Order: sequence, then C-alpha cells, then structure tokens
Amino acid sequence: MGLFIAQLLTGLANAATLFLVASGLSLIFGVTRIVNFAHGSFYMLGAFVGYSLMQVLPGAIGFWASVLLSGLIVGLIGVVVEMLVLRPVYKAPELFQLVATFGVILVIQDLALMIWGAEDLLGPRAPGLKGVVRIMGEPVPLYDLALIAMTPFVLFALWYLIARTRLGVLVRAATQDREMVAALGVNQAWLFTGVFFLGAALAGLGGAIQLPKGGADLLMDFNILAAIFVVVVIGGMGSLPGAYIAAVLISVLNVFGVSYLPQSTLVLMFVVMAVVLTIRPYGLLGREEVAGEHGQVGEPDRPIKPAGVRARVIVGIGLLLLLALPMADSHFLVILATDIIIFALFAASLHFLLGLGGLVSFGHAAFFGAGAYVAALLVSHANAPMELAFLLAPVGAGMAALIIGWLCLRLTGVYFAMLTLALAQLLWSLVFQWDEFTGGDDGLVNIWPAKWLSEANSYFYFTAIVGVGGIILLRHMAHSPFGFALRAARDSQRQAEATGIDTKRVQWMAFTVAGVLAGVAGGLFVFSKGSVFPNELEIAKSFDGLIVVFLGGVKTLSGGVVGAASLELVKDYLTRFEYWRLALGLLIIFVVIVAPTGIVGSLRSLLERVRGSST
Amino acid sequence: MSAVLEVVGLSKSFGGIHAVSNVDFCVAPGELLALIGPNGAGKTTCFNMLMGQLKPTKGDVFLKGERITGMLPRKVWRRGVGRTFQITGTYQSMTVIENVQMALISHHKRVFSITSYATRLYEKQAMELLELVGMPEQAQRACAILAYGDLKRLELAIALCHEPSLLLMDEPTAGMAPSERIALMQLTADIVAQRGISVLFTEHDMDVVFAHAQRIMVLNRGELIAEGSAQMIRNNRMVQEVYLGGGSLFEDQTLDEHAGAPGGDQHA
Repeated sequence: MGLFIAQLLTGLANAATLFLVASGLSLIFGVTRIVNFAHGSFYMLGAFVGYSLMQVLPGAIGFWASVLLSGLIVGLIGVVVEMLVLRPVYKAPELFQLVATFGVILVIQDLALMIWGAEDLLGPRAPGLKGVVRIMGEPVPLYDLALIAMTPFVLFALWYLIARTRLGVLVRAATQDREMVAALGVNQAWLFTGVFFLGAALAGLGGAIQLPKGGADLLMDFNILAAIFVVVVIGGMGSLPGAYIAAVLISVLNVFGVSYLPQSTLVLMFVVMAVVLTIRPYGLLGREEVAGEHGQVGEPDRPIKPAGVRARVIVGIGLLLLLALPMADSHFLVILATDIIIFALFAASLHFLLGLGGLVSFGHAAFFGAGAYVAALLVSHANAPMELAFLLAPVGAGMAALIIGWLCLRLTGVYFAMLTLALAQLLWSLVFQWDEFTGGDDGLVNIWPAKWLSEANSYFYFTAIVGVGGIILLRHMAHSPFGFALRAARDSQRQAEATGIDTKRVQWMAFTVAGVLAGVAGGLFVFSKGSVFPNELEIAKSFDGLIVVFLGGVKTLSGGVVGAASLELVKDYLTRFEYWRLALGLLIIFVVIVAPTGIVGSLRSLLERVRGSST
Repeated sequence: MSAVLEVVGLSKSFGGIHAVSNVDFCVAPGELLALIGPNGAGKTTCFNMLMGQLKPTKGDVFLKGERITGMLPRKVWRRGVGRTFQITGTYQSMTVIENVQMALISHHKRVFSITSYATRLYEKQAMELLELVGMPEQAQRACAILAYGDLKRLELAIALCHEPSLLLMDEPTAGMAPSERIALMQLTADIVAQRGISVLFTEHDMDVVFAHAQRIMVLNRGELIAEGSAQMIRNNRMVQEVYLGGGSLFEDQTLDEHAGAPGGDQHA
C-alpha cells in the first residue's frame, strides 16, 4: 500500500511538468492554429537556461528565481521565433507553418549543443526541499510534494487568466473566430505574439522545474513531444482542466508501468490514448472541432492536368539520365540516387494523402517502417527469400494503414493528425520495446537483397524501376476518378456526400494506398541498407516527410518528389559539417519565408510572371 | 397521383429549442413548391432533415413511398433526390466541367476506378448539362474564379446529373442580382417542367416565389402556418402578420404589383 501511494505521488509530481508544457502547446494551437513542433525545444531550452541560472543564483530564492526567469527568457525566445519566423508565413496555406517550426527545432538543437555541449547535465536539487518524507514507510521526495501542491495553483491561475480576464476573452474569441476579432479592432499580430510568449514561457517553466528530477539533455525536445501531443489530445484540444487530467493520467500510468510492465511503458501511453479517443473522439473534455475557417487561407488549388507532351519529354529525358547514372562509375552517386528515389516515393505517397486528400498525417513513417520491418522480420525469423519478403512489405504496411486509417478517419483536422502521430508512435514503441522479436534499439541486421540484385548498380536499377513506377502510379491515380473523388472530399465533403460519394471510404482507401506505397519504399529501403532500426518509424522520419511535401509544394502534383530530392541532396552535402542542423534549420526557415507556396509552386509563379511580362 | 415526397410530423429540437415542430406536407409529381418564412423559421433545418444531413427528433420522410428518415445524404441522392445549398459547396480545385463530371462519375458508380482519366469520362453528358444551364463557354474555367450567380447555375447542373425525380433547392437565388434571380428561377422552372421533376425550394425573394411557385407553404418558428396558392398566401392574415407585422421583409408595394397579376407574371 505504501509503495502504491508513493508511486501515485511520483506520478502526480511528474504530471506537473507535463501539464505545464502541454497547456502551452494547447494555448498556442487554440489561438494561432499553429501546431508548434518546436514546443519540445522550448521545454529543453527552459531546462538548459534554468541549469545555467541555478549555477549563478544561490539558495532557495535563487532556485525559484531561476525557474521563473527561465520561463521569462524562454517566453522571450518564443516571441523572437514568432516575430521572425512565423509572422511572415501566417498567410501561407494551413499547416505550412509547422515546417517553419521544424526548422526552429533544428536550429535550437544545434544552438543548445554549441552553448551547453553534448554532455547530459545533472540538475541541482532544490534548496530546502532536498529531503524525503516517509509516507507509510516509503520515501517520497519533498520536492515531489511541492510540485504536487503547486500544480493546482498553476491550473487555477491559467484558468483565471483565460476565463476571467480581458486577455482571456480575446484569446477565447480568437480561438473561435480570428477574423471577427481582427475586425473588432484587436491587433491580431500582438495577440498572437502574446500567446506565443505565454505558451513558450509555460514550456520553459516546465523545463526548469523538472531539473531536480530529470536534468537537461539534448534529446529532451523530441522525447517530450509525443507525450505532450498525447496529453493535449486525451484532455481535449484547448481544455486546460482536460490537459491536467490527461497529464496526471499519463504520468501516473507511466510510473506504474515502469514498475509492473517495464517492457511496455511506451506502448501503454498510446493504448490509453487510443481507448480514450475511441470512446470520446474529441478528448476527455474537448469539444468537436468546428471548422472555424472562413474562406480558404491562401490561393485555392488549381485544377490539375495530366502532363503535356513537353513535360513528358522532359521527364523522359530525366529518367534516361537517371538510368544512365551507373555509367558515371561512382559508387557514391549510385547509392545517393537510390536513397533519393526511395525517399521520393515515400514523400509522393504522403503527398497523395496530404496534397490531394487534405489529410495531414503526422505519422506516415509508420508505414515506411512497417514495410521495412515486415520484410526484415520475414528474412530474419522465417528465412524468407528476398523476393517474397519484398512483396509482403507493402502488404504488411497496407494492413497497418487499413487499421490505423479506420481509427483516425473518425476524426478530422488536427485531431486526425494527432491521432496518426500517436498510433505511429504506438507502432514505434512496439518495435522499440519488443526486443526479442524486433531487436529493439539494435534493430535487425543482415537483410540483404537476393543474389541477382546484390550489386549496387543492379539494386539501383531495381529501385529506379519500382520507385519511379510507384510515383507514376500515384500520379496516374491523381487523375483517375478515385483521385478526383479524393479531391472532391477535400474541397467540399458536404457536396460530395450529397452527390453520392462515400467520402470516408474514399479517404480510407487513399490512406491505405498511401500506406502501401510507403511500405514499398520501406521494403526498398531495408534491402538497400541491409538493416533497419526503430528510428525509421519515429516522429522525426514522419516530420521529414511532411517537410519535403510542404517545401516542395502541397498544391502541386510534383511537390513531394521535388521536395524529397532537394532535401536529400542538401542533407547529403550539409551533414559533412559539424553544425549541419543549424544550417539545415536556417535553410528550411529561409525557404518557408521566401517560397510560401513551396518550391514548385513558387517556381511556377515565377515562370508565369516572366512569361506574362514578355508577352 | 401519389406524392413524390411525403413528410409526416417532422420535428427537430436542439436542446430545448424546437427548431421544427410537427411539419406535414406532400410534394406532388412535377410540382414547384416553395417553403417560405422569416429568418430562423426552420427552413434549412427542414431541408437538412429531408436529405439526411440532420436526423429528425421525430417524424418521418417518405420518398415515393419508401421511408428515408435519417438516411445518409448519399443514399437519399441515389434514390433520385438532388440538392443545391444555400451556400454553394462546389469543388474549388476543379474546373466547371470537372465538377459536373465528378457527379456523373458518382452516378455511374465509378468513384473507385483508377484505370481511366476522370477528365475524359462523361465529357459529352457534362457538356450537355452545362449547355442546359447556359454556361458551356465556362466549362474549362476554374471553379474558384466563378461569379456567384454562375456557381448557382453550376450547382443546378450538378443536381441534374442523376436525372432526379425531386430537387431540393435551398435559397437557389440568394446573393444574386434581381434580374439574375428571375432568370435562374425561370431556367429552373423550364428544365423541371420539361423533365417532370418536382422541386421544393426555399426563398426570401417574394418576386421569385410568387412568380414561380405553384404552391407555397409558410413556416414560422418551426411550424407550418399556411399553405396554398400565391393568391391565398398573400391574403392570409397570419402570413401578413408574420411578414408585415415586423414590417421589414417584404413591402406593400411588392404586394400591390403582384396583386394585379395572379399566376405570377414576370416583371423586371
């Protein structure tokens, strides 16, 4: 019993941090409609800044002053990010901003590495709260009790701010209808900046306050990201009490999980989330998302047309050049081209879903990884020949997509996105923690192609044929009735349903098709590398896909492929430098700001302007 | 003759608010029936229950004798009901003709086909429909840049794709210029007369209503308060009170002009 209570208290204490960070994310999303991927980075910065401050400021007063100052400083960093990076792209298509926030993640990662180094930092213990009290014989740290006592006050203060003050009224009004608030003379830009300050400050506070328990390291940003998404989704988007309940639920569950089911702590969190969302699709205290968009943001999509003769000739020549590549006799080039084709197929499959279907999946890597793992597992456990394993990779990925798609498509918009992320993480945690079967962190190795493909050149040809074939297939589908129905469901679900189209089914099939082709990419990948590790289906991989689709251009058919090729080439070059993340992050932010319609879209506009002025 | 659409005791309440209560009516074959009433009377709620966008709290809807209460919109559509909306919902990213082709593809149950090019399917039929509503020159234009009146005509073409027996038109002329309104309604009336389609429409413009409706029903606060020919509705005390009591929605002058022309002549 004592142990039980002690564990419960630990869980409640952990919930403090989770709640602080998650409520910031929820607040920012509610008002600005920006899914701030960089929120984990703000949290990490809070920890690092707090650590440095605590070195300088002594005593109990110094400790708590450091915590508060960290919040303030990180809040100000948030303001800088909002003003420099996000303000220029508010007018861009919906969700485009998340690419910018991803650039911010990379920049902050390298800046933190430069300033604080790669070593994990051990947080100082809180002066005056170093001891433990015994509760029914079990030691409970005093600091934990302080955290538990503090959280309700924070919750109340936030609730008061939102529910009872003028600022809160504006925030709530903006959450419902931004345009109206702007029309009433509220300076929207400053409201957004203010909310970003508050959200980032909460994340910073969360980072600093957990120092005595967790310290500071460079993996904190991604580690907390999935958890806060889960908390926000379980609690209900925009609900502070919901976020608190969910934070407690997840933290307590986690503590018990560690002691009773150490093999499945990660899985547990996502299982709970899946269960909650099955019963209450909009979270415990959330309300159904009302489509708050008044008119489309940015230009509407243009009608698509099958490529003309000239475009076909150009692509044909490009393909011939690609096939001639091995003649350059550069092993390096062939490997690079193989990687690019695989990534391009993955991106094209996501683009099919996102660009044509308007279905923003945050977890598309799950299907890439599923394909790779199905093939790898068949080879290592069943000794399957490569050909069979390769054929079954997309089947496995397709089945995963069928199930995940069915669950996720019950929701729409950002809830859909979050659920795809959570279910992808569920798959990832399964792979990561099921050591005996998947090899866990060590991955699966020695997965080589059949003899007839064992040469790098022949595998390159194989990849080129399958990969380019897959991309062409996706493109063709875009022009088929199925592709049109998918766009119809995106443009006006009501109209589509009122003219006999089963939109959910169309979207479900599209989700599965995208999953199958991502699985093909995964299959190609595992045999080209000879191994697969859990990071192939982690969040970062899904984000990579999103970034290239957005950077390439969501609203253009070739966006995904062009984006993938560009990013892969740039990455290949940049990763030779020590601070490549910084450079890549800045580059991404730069592209986002100068080309808000993506590379292809912006090139097209440029071309039209040139043509227009010449005639 | 048996009714195309029969509505029995249709009711909808949102929480404690009775948006529609106990509405009964029939739509006869080939009839143009108008449902009018002040803002918030429950017209759109009524429409949404007829085609399944909303589930009624109580009551039933029969289409040619078959009970379709609460059936999904796409299933009601398959049974021959076309609908246009108060706020148009065409596919912004497609051209005008592609919008029509999409509905035709759905009608021919080829939504899941991936072997053909959508733009090449049913091109001829789509073009014929666009000619019918008088916008063949606009076929290749992007829907996103269409004028509002053209969108309404496009919606009509789409609604005719599956040769419906009943058209539900929610404020077909809202947001259009007066001359356009009459023209569009005349066009609709001609088409449906020629094809024997029944139409149920809501409308705020009394010129349009009195000019084209063969029968008019008046909804107020969710209840049907009157029903009959244009003449009868004009002279109905309750209707006058609803509209004129507030004194805002349509003016005496309109009444006078129409009073001289029963049967609904057009005038500019």
